[in-house]
Amino acid sequence: MKFLSEYRDPQLVQEYIKELHRITTKNWTLMEICGGQTHSLVKNGILDMLPEKITMVHGPGCPVCVTSLSVIDEAVWLAEQPNHILCSFGDMLRVPGSKKSLLEAKAEGADVRILYSPLEAVELAKSNPSKEVIFFAVGFETTAPANALSVIHAAQQNVVNYSILASHVLVPPAMEAILSDEANVIDAFLAAGHVCTIMGLDEYYPVAEKYKIPIVVTGFEPVDLLQGILMAVNQLEKGEYTVENQYARAVLREGNKMAKDTIEKVFSVSDRVWRGIGSIPQSGFEVNERYKLFNARLKFKIDIPFAEENKECISGDIMKGLKKPKQCPNFGTKCKPEHPLGAPMVSSEGACAAYYHYSSDTIMQ
Amino acid sequence: MCLAIPGKIIAITEQLDETFRKGKVSFGGIMKEVSLYMVPEAKVDDYVLVHVGVAINIVDEEEAKLTFSYLKSMGEVEELDTPDSLKTNP
Repeated sequence: MKFLSEYRDPQLVQEYIKELHRITTKNWTLMEICGGQTHSLVKNGILDMLPEKITMVHGPGCPVCVTSLSVIDEAVWLAEQPNHILCSFGDMLRVPGSKKSLLEAKAEGADVRILYSPLEAVELAKSNPSKEVIFFAVGFETTAPANALSVIHAAQQNVVNYSILASHVLVPPAMEAILSDEANVIDAFLAAGHVCTIMGLDEYYPVAEKYKIPIVVTGFEPVDLLQGILMAVNQLEKGEYTVENQYARAVLREGNKMAKDTIEKVFSVSDRVWRGIGSIPQSGFEVNERYKLFNARLKFKIDIPFAEENKECISGDIMKGLKKPKQCPNFGTKCKPEHPLGAPMVSSEGACAAYYHYSSDTIMQ
Repeated sequence: MCLAIPGKIIAITEQLDETFRKGKVSFGGIMKEVSLYMVPEAKVDDYVLVHVGVAINIVDEEEAKLTFSYLKSMGEVEELDTPDSLKTNP
């Protein structure tokens, strides 16, 4: 509990932990969806404070981790074409593709740039009219409105040398894929707060109903996470299953209408391959017909073979909650943040990297 | 990377029409230009949650300050400060 004094409200943290110990009578396995939550749980030492009967497993909510190998290869290919500028969020640069990462492509001379926002990429395209500027648009529902808005901005200002390589993923279909797996072990979900700031709660009710599973929309600070866990365990112990909102200070039931409209304007729902998990039907966003001129996949003839995932990486089992990072024979040996075998070891929000950086026994080593 | 960071709207810097608005937002002193497209009702002095350059929600001032100080203590606000050297191709 070495970080306890740094919590926003240490006393509240202690009260939640006490209450959790009081009400927990059975073994429960909970999955937090969001990589930011995984990061916070591990970094703040919360996993060590929970009752032994509660197991937290770490979901697929890290866009860096689930972007498929083939899409990384597409981004590398786009970056390496003459007169192209490939822009990306910083987290994506070190993710290994089948031959190289974007960072390696950059080292070899490709024009790869890290931007904070896709809107900066539209400005970059305006100031470089002789170049093609492509934004690598990854992310969950939280990031989709910003990426969609960049396309609307570009269309409105006639920035024809701007396009996006979309690899958006959606939370509810991933939850369903996990729950319908025969080996599923999850009793309750903590849904991702900021995803729901955009989308609201409505799409989670049918999932809770169909799979009879509690879903608690949860923030990412220690007190949020403990309260979310408490709300979920409370439902489980009472045999209830519904959607609850722990993060009401940032999430309205209806979400953000303007943001949802923006997504709908630019994207359509499509099948998506998730790294380590495989194809999940209707689990992503692709640029729609109306904005096809801004779809890098249609604009450029990307010519790469399909890439097989590295068999040594068990990221699929980890993201479905079937295995913990330390159960991987390569964890911390063949696979480290400096030379990752798979994506969960790359991003700080990936479960493997979070365990590697913050778990007590690796820190001791 | 799905974190949204709270900041205070200091000024409306660009207003093309009712919806295409941009503002200058302060994140504990770090200034960023932010799109206000998704928060049409936001005004100067409001606190907004910002994700990758776009405000996605208006939040309570007290709450915004607490969240920001937590994120800062956890080293989570560094992404606001991408060094300019990485934005260009030397």
